[in-house]
Amino acid sequence: MTVENASAAPRIWRKQPFIKNPLTRWGLYTAALIYLALAVSTVPVNWARVWEGLDRGWRFVQGFLVPDFTSRWGDILIGMQESLTMTVTSTVVGILISVPIGIGAARNIAPAPVYAICRGIITISRSFQEIIIAILFVAMFGFGPFAGFLTLSFATIGFLSKLLAEDIEDIDESQTEAIGATGGGWWQVVNYAIQPQVMPRLIGLSLYRLDINFRESAVIGIVGAGGIGATLNTAIDRYEYDTAGAILIVIILIVMVAEYSSGYVRKWVQ
Amino acid sequence: MPIKKSEAGAPVWMHRTPKTRLLMWVGWLALVALFVFCWQVMTKDTIWYFVADAPRQAADIGSRMFPPKLDYMNELWGPLWDTINIATLGTLLAIVMAVPVAFLAARNTTPSIRFVRPVALFIIVSSRSINALIWGLLLVAVIGPGVFAGIIAIALRSIGFIAKLLYEAIEEIDETQIEAINATGASAMQRLDYGITPQIMPAFAGITVFRWDINIRESTVLGLVGAGGLGLKLQASINVLAWGQVTTIFIVILVTVMISEWVSAKVRHSLI
Repeated sequence: MTVENASAAPRIWRKQPFIKNPLTRWGLYTAALIYLALAVSTVPVNWARVWEGLDRGWRFVQGFLVPDFTSRWGDILIGMQESLTMTVTSTVVGILISVPIGIGAARNIAPAPVYAICRGIITISRSFQEIIIAILFVAMFGFGPFAGFLTLSFATIGFLSKLLAEDIEDIDESQTEAIGATGGGWWQVVNYAIQPQVMPRLIGLSLYRLDINFRESAVIGIVGAGGIGATLNTAIDRYEYDTAGAILIVIILIVMVAEYSSGYVRKWVQ
Repeated sequence: MPIKKSEAGAPVWMHRTPKTRLLMWVGWLALVALFVFCWQVMTKDTIWYFVADAPRQAADIGSRMFPPKLDYMNELWGPLWDTINIATLGTLLAIVMAVPVAFLAARNTTPSIRFVRPVALFIIVSSRSINALIWGLLLVAVIGPGVFAGIIAIALRSIGFIAKLLYEAIEEIDETQIEAINATGASAMQRLDYGITPQIMPAFAGITVFRWDINIRESTVLGLVGAGGLGLKLQASINVLAWGQVTTIFIVILVTVMISEWVSAKVRHSLI
């Protein structure tokens, strides 16, 4: 916005820059520019191959628009069955294990050594991606949904325990005190003062994790841990783009249904 | 408050009414039944011999993984650079595509709620439902293996994430500032530039850095499907059962992820 009569009011208002210190600002811009130039120059792009692939990409788009559900329907069904059962069992087992760990990792109710151990477990579980854990579990337990189930349970522990522990740390202490004042022991405090406060959020987080576990179950099949990901991988390897399109549509639909229903349940619980 | 009369006639406090208790009991029973059913279906083809054998396998792999083969590090600098490039360039590419989508999806800036908004929301949903690895799988088949496929995969996955959080931020802006800009006789572009952008800028920077952090994580494993970066080396090492090299790669991934997490936490902290 410039002022109309510049001679009467010589000062011109300018927008504030996003980063105030000019030295940091220009330093950051230059560094970003140098990095970009370096990065782009080291990315090898085989344009001939890309050009060739566009035709294949177009066939994939066609496969997505005209999906073929019928010819591999049996495989899709088995993959979906594995993915869904894996999702349910791993979420349930994950919750069962993560509740005690979550309680143990809450600073306000757990003794220091238990706190340290539980935080350690959470850190280990959170530091690696599902797919890397899946590789290890497939190497140990063999191919198939059992390895996937273990992977997802393991990943659930880190996610759920951490959020549950943070939630327990944030509770209203007066209720704990009230139960303590009636002579309630540790168990009674957890059961009557803490559990009612964290339950709505625990249910919400569990549903959210169910959702995540399904999405992940579609991926870990790529490394052999069963589920719809394995079916998808096979379909793409066979260049059956119409079947791959069908599988992707099924995944998107289930994810959407899961997201909406879990959002609805969460609203209802809270 | 649910109360039960004791035998002496004195009221006894109960946590729940009998009806709620029955309903909860049925709910839990249904959950257990579902779990048992799913367990049966899932494990019907499981070879229990392999499962029983797992501790021995784990000990075996564990003994091969240590000590890590640290001189393998010399071969990892290149892939590490690629991994960071995949995440960063992918995020930048995603921003370019996500910002218009976000403005089209936000209720207060979209040109048409009935026609344009659903299309933008559909783009967001389909981008979000498909994991970067699946995008990678598709793109490697379409445009060939390599870093370029990884960048596009990360970008396609990030559009939905960035656009969703950004359009929510746009919908939450303070309308009075837009009105004030409007009152000066500003055009639509000026409204965007002076009214909306300054309000969403902190949120936008936070979202971007957060997604960049997630993308670093994802790009470390994108190579498993052939899309370049550290994952390629991981796949190669696993295929030849060189577990010492695998450990080295794990350490590199762990350190990279921790640094990116630290950077993102630092930046987001200074923004808020």
